[in-house]
Amino acid sequence: MKTFLTLLGREVKSYFYSPIAYVVMFYFLLVAGFNFYIGVEFLNRGPTEITVVEMAFNTVPFWWAYVLIFPLITMRTYAEEYRMGTFETLTTAPVEDWMVVLGKFSGAFIFYCILWAPTFLHFAIFQLITGQLAANASGAYWGSYLLLGLMGMFFTAIGCLASAMTRDQINAAVISFSFITIWFFFGLMPDIWNITDPDKREFFTYLAALQHMADFSRGLIDSRRIVWYVSMTGLVLFATLQVFQYRKWKA
Amino acid sequence: MIQVENLNKRYGGVLAINNLSFGVDRGEVVGFLGPNGAGKSTTMRILTGYLPATSGRASIAGFDVFEQSLQARRRLGYLPENTPLYTDMRVGEYLRYRARLKGVPSSKVRVRVGDVLELCNLRDRERSLISSLSKGYRQRVGLADALVHDPDLLILDEPTIGLDPNQIRQVRELIKNLASKRTVLISTHILSEVEIMCSRVIIIHRGEIRASDTAENLLSSHRAVGSMRVEAKVGNDSAAELLAQVGGVKAVESEVDGDYTVFTLRLDADADPSEAVMRLAVERKWAVRELTRRRATLEDVFVELTHPAT
Repeated sequence: MKTFLTLLGREVKSYFYSPIAYVVMFYFLLVAGFNFYIGVEFLNRGPTEITVVEMAFNTVPFWWAYVLIFPLITMRTYAEEYRMGTFETLTTAPVEDWMVVLGKFSGAFIFYCILWAPTFLHFAIFQLITGQLAANASGAYWGSYLLLGLMGMFFTAIGCLASAMTRDQINAAVISFSFITIWFFFGLMPDIWNITDPDKREFFTYLAALQHMADFSRGLIDSRRIVWYVSMTGLVLFATLQVFQYRKWKA
Repeated sequence: MIQVENLNKRYGGVLAINNLSFGVDRGEVVGFLGPNGAGKSTTMRILTGYLPATSGRASIAGFDVFEQSLQARRRLGYLPENTPLYTDMRVGEYLRYRARLKGVPSSKVRVRVGDVLELCNLRDRERSLISSLSKGYRQRVGLADALVHDPDLLILDEPTIGLDPNQIRQVRELIKNLASKRTVLISTHILSEVEIMCSRVIIIHRGEIRASDTAENLLSSHRAVGSMRVEAKVGNDSAAELLAQVGGVKAVESEVDGDYTVFTLRLDADADPSEAVMRLAVERKWAVRELTRRRATLEDVFVELTHPAT
């Protein structure tokens, strides 16, 4: 446990050693703020049933910003260690491989959570200024942030896997960006392919991040999604462990 | 301390290590020599658990490096080639991180880090960013890292490469101090270093052990495989050919130096052709300026054993 915390500490701190953390945080706050502004402006047009929380998590700029942060956060995790050669000092220390994999993933995920923390303020300020509720029920908040956490876990794990596969950060970023983008927008496919059969549509809904976001931000917390994201994260981490060991033995 | 039996390592179709067997006892300082690509780093990487062997066994302090990798790794300090470090950290911070990672109890981290900072002369750089350090300092940080959990065995892969002569001297002194209490396996290209530091030398070439002995024994068994230097005014004689015919001379290289020609004769084992060379010079009326027989050095032994043709 102590070893794991040591690894985790180094991972989280490593974001703040480099300017990357601050650039990503700036970028993210800028886009999140812009996105929030669009949401509020849209609501200003007239009476609507959509709440500001629902609005904020379902706009196009949100989607774009969202799929881009994972490659930015995770591209360095392994690729940088391979490139610098510190992979050798890391793996010859008396540390279990799975601890390294879990430490790197958790570090990236914690940084992702840190990114999101300030967005709570958006809704607090909204309520303070307008005197209106940002969401109809507290479930919409918890649902939105819970899903952000779940999806974040899965996509962070994918980003780590991509980084473990290559010694070049750009390659890692491109791999995870393309995969996450396709996955994220896959929910649009039934409409593009004109699938009307409800069973088939249900299959896509089961996978599709977009639909999950729409549901959770209305406060509809579905345990199937929780099981899905947690088990997929586990699966991707397991794959990462395999790639990690393969690279170690091949090096 | 180290036990290696019939170790093989294949990269694709290339055999990097071929049936390597050797042992290192507790307290020994062993120099691991060989040309680039001889398999030194590969062997060290297998010992440190970074690479798996294709076949064969290796153990450290009785722990198999593959089956009981964690226990084996706890007992060794490793400085990889080129000293990889997290350049975005500060020296003290990095060493504290490494100490905790290697299982030094929290209550002892500060003391251990203080000790290795002292030992490696890094006190004044504790707060420096590693990226701002010179190569010599980084090397010392790498050594401090290898030492921080007080391991019984140190494996150092070319710890003096890329350093200037003063830095080499400092690192060498440091390693000499460490050796009193520990077992050290050190690979290097600098042969004089080995003669000073190491109690035993293992020379490997093309993945095979060519020699394993003390530097003194290696020299005495290869004593005559030395060379002779002859400087003479030889006129129009094809002197190199004549010298090559003298008994005991294996090869002749010549170089013109003004009126004189400088010949370097590589000699056979146990040969001393100085008299014959002198007679030849008198016979041909060469004006000899210098005739010296040079004792073999470790470098000669090294070249002899790892010559591309052998």
